[in-house]
Amino acid sequence: MIPEIGHFALILALCVAVVQGSLPIYGAAVGNSALMAIAKPAARAQFLLILIAFCSLGYAFADKDFSVLYVAATSNSQLPLHYRLAAIWGAHEGSLLLWTFILTLWMFAVTLFSKHLPETMRSRILGVMGLVSMGFLLFMLTVSNPFERLIPAAPDGRDLNPLLQDPGMVIHPPMLYMGYVGFSVAFAFAIAALLGGNLDAAWARWSRPWTTVAWCFLTVGIAMGSGWAYYELGWGGWWFWDPVENASFMPWLAGTALVHSLAVTDKRGGFKVWTVLLAIMAFSLSLLGTFLVRSGVLTSVHAFATDPKRGLFILAFLAIVIGGSLALYAWRAPRVGLGGSFAMVSREGMLLANNVLLVAAMGSVLLGTLYPLFLDALDLGKISVGPPYFDSVFAPLMAPAIFLMGIGPFAQWKKAELPELARRLKWAFGVSVVTALVLPLVMGKWTPLLSLGLLLAIWIVTTAVVGLRERLAHADGPSLSGRVAAVPRSYWGMLVAHCGIAVFIVGVTMVKGFESEQDVRMNVGETATIGGYTFRFDGTQDVVGPNYTAARGTFHVSWDGRETTILYPEKRRYPVQNQIMTEAAIDPGLLRDLYVSLGEPLDDGAWSVRLYHKPFVDWIWGGCLIMALGGVLAVSDRRYRLAWRQQEPAVVPSARTVRRKVA
Amino acid sequence: MIWSALLIVLVSGPVWAGEARPLGEDPAVEARLKHLAIELRCLVCQNQTLADSNAPLAEDLRREVREMIVKNMSDKEIIDFLVERYGDFVLYRPPLKATTTLLWVGPFVLLIVGATVLVITLRRRARKVVDAPVTDEEHRRVEQLLAQGGNRS
Repeated sequence: MIPEIGHFALILALCVAVVQGSLPIYGAAVGNSALMAIAKPAARAQFLLILIAFCSLGYAFADKDFSVLYVAATSNSQLPLHYRLAAIWGAHEGSLLLWTFILTLWMFAVTLFSKHLPETMRSRILGVMGLVSMGFLLFMLTVSNPFERLIPAAPDGRDLNPLLQDPGMVIHPPMLYMGYVGFSVAFAFAIAALLGGNLDAAWARWSRPWTTVAWCFLTVGIAMGSGWAYYELGWGGWWFWDPVENASFMPWLAGTALVHSLAVTDKRGGFKVWTVLLAIMAFSLSLLGTFLVRSGVLTSVHAFATDPKRGLFILAFLAIVIGGSLALYAWRAPRVGLGGSFAMVSREGMLLANNVLLVAAMGSVLLGTLYPLFLDALDLGKISVGPPYFDSVFAPLMAPAIFLMGIGPFAQWKKAELPELARRLKWAFGVSVVTALVLPLVMGKWTPLLSLGLLLAIWIVTTAVVGLRERLAHADGPSLSGRVAAVPRSYWGMLVAHCGIAVFIVGVTMVKGFESEQDVRMNVGETATIGGYTFRFDGTQDVVGPNYTAARGTFHVSWDGRETTILYPEKRRYPVQNQIMTEAAIDPGLLRDLYVSLGEPLDDGAWSVRLYHKPFVDWIWGGCLIMALGGVLAVSDRRYRLAWRQQEPAVVPSARTVRRKVA
Repeated sequence: MIWSALLIVLVSGPVWAGEARPLGEDPAVEARLKHLAIELRCLVCQNQTLADSNAPLAEDLRREVREMIVKNMSDKEIIDFLVERYGDFVLYRPPLKATTTLLWVGPFVLLIVGATVLVITLRRRARKVVDAPVTDEEHRRVEQLLAQGGNRS
């Protein structure tokens, strides 16, 4: 009964989406405010309906209702409750429901925080989001229904993929989708502005916080996925340039470009046409990511071709969304004004150059991800495009972008003088170069890549320090604390996010340069030393988990004779799918991670064991969190808080009286 | 005699508990194997390098590569042998040939095209725009629009 309620809620939601996607947009076009007024209640109703559907599916999982096909396919009676609930997004159908749920959640947020928007704008935004949601609901109801029944019911479920039975996987997809789908808001703003022909600084100001919030979620989501791969896959890597990872990274790159381009449109009225294109691009890439991950095209192009129903739907949907918005763009964009003039050497110029680099990097990732699929589809041979390719094309594109990142904040809007920039940055540059050359030598190993990585990281930090110093010197206020308070949050946000990149680069550089690894055969009582730490293997014990059995090893780790920690890596066997999983044990630390994973049992209780010493690896994810924190700081800037509380001091008195009269 | 034997046992006790042996016998061979294996694909895995994979087939292939290293074959000979047997699919660094030219030059073409378009657009733009920054009037309008909050809920 409950699954039918969920199914019915989806059908109702589709009806609401059709209304929401048509009438308010039409109303905005003809100036009918009764039609426009439908947008808000429709969006809220849709949110409620999808919430009901989502909870119904959750109930079916909690209730172990194996007469629902999806529940039977992705869970099992032995599976603990929290993983049964996480199994909602453990496979195709449910993650689409999650996608749609998060879309309506963003819609709901738009209805809450859009009081300051003109009614035409708001109804167009919600209308566009309604159209997107309509596409996804149609998809679910026609070819991908999570509530489909299985009659007769299965006696037990086929279980969730053991790789996904992990706390990280419980929250990683919702985070990632919050980011992915969050770009739909920026997209809806862009399309609404194109439809209304009011692509102006106000539009940029409104969509900026939404874009930044989505970007923060995406950053954290990607970092969590990478962290999950690091500890769960058991071979200590943190990024594999896997198509699934690339699918989330491409919108991130486009989104990062968008965040910066929006800044220019907001502050200087420039780049409008480009900003709109980026907004369309970021969301299209999110859709493409969903398509890549969810259509099965990655596992095998040919399997996709034999059961093309779903893939074709998504492909058609992609074509309509991307083609439609680009057509609208081509029609409307030429009429958009140009904004202020600026010289090539100026903050605008540098941001634009950075955008070109980011988009080129995104294009390379896209090329490398799709190329093998195309070759295979055209029967031109099977190739693999892996880390060696991406590393060698990505790094040369990003290095100049990061170098520019240090200079950009110093350049003035409109026109900057290179000699003046050089004068202001010479100390930062000198310190960075010298430190980057000397530091690796002090640490006992010098390679060009090590020095380059450190150079970029130190360059970001030193320029940030110089910039902050200049800023504080020019800020008003008698005391230092007063001047610190006078610096706007958005500036802090920029600094913090950029320093997050520096922290990230330090992590990547140090891990690549100094990590060490050992594959050893360990008998009980034997020791192995790595990175100065001695690991003693004390044998394995059999343990029984809720839905698995495991051999759990015990490793005493000591440094200089003193015990540091005890690590318990496991080799698990999940009987339902008969899968063997390696659960690595990690002792995390600010300066290094110690990582043990069990390989295979050998004779006499001995095991093959893989040990890693990974210096600074946690800085990789720490850096991402710091970037996201920067985004949060930027969004909490005074002008947004004021806008949302609707008590802007900047309002000219006449406008305020007008408002009172109307109210 | 017995004392000295006991002494040996006592002193060598921790040694006897022992350093674990590396899985491979020759560290130099292992280093070369690792160097090769991180750019090779485990053919039965979803998307994993030969170095990382624990799959039995990967284990076998690693053993084969190890044997080839011991036989003093060069990296190129080993890779040629693997490509002969498994095709380009085994290489994570796709070889440059007719079908992959676009893949390798694409990123840099993208960058050059992007930079050229950027410079041309900016030049053309500089001619078109006299100087129309956001005017005070526009600023006011923006503030007004942003301010029209309370009455529109």
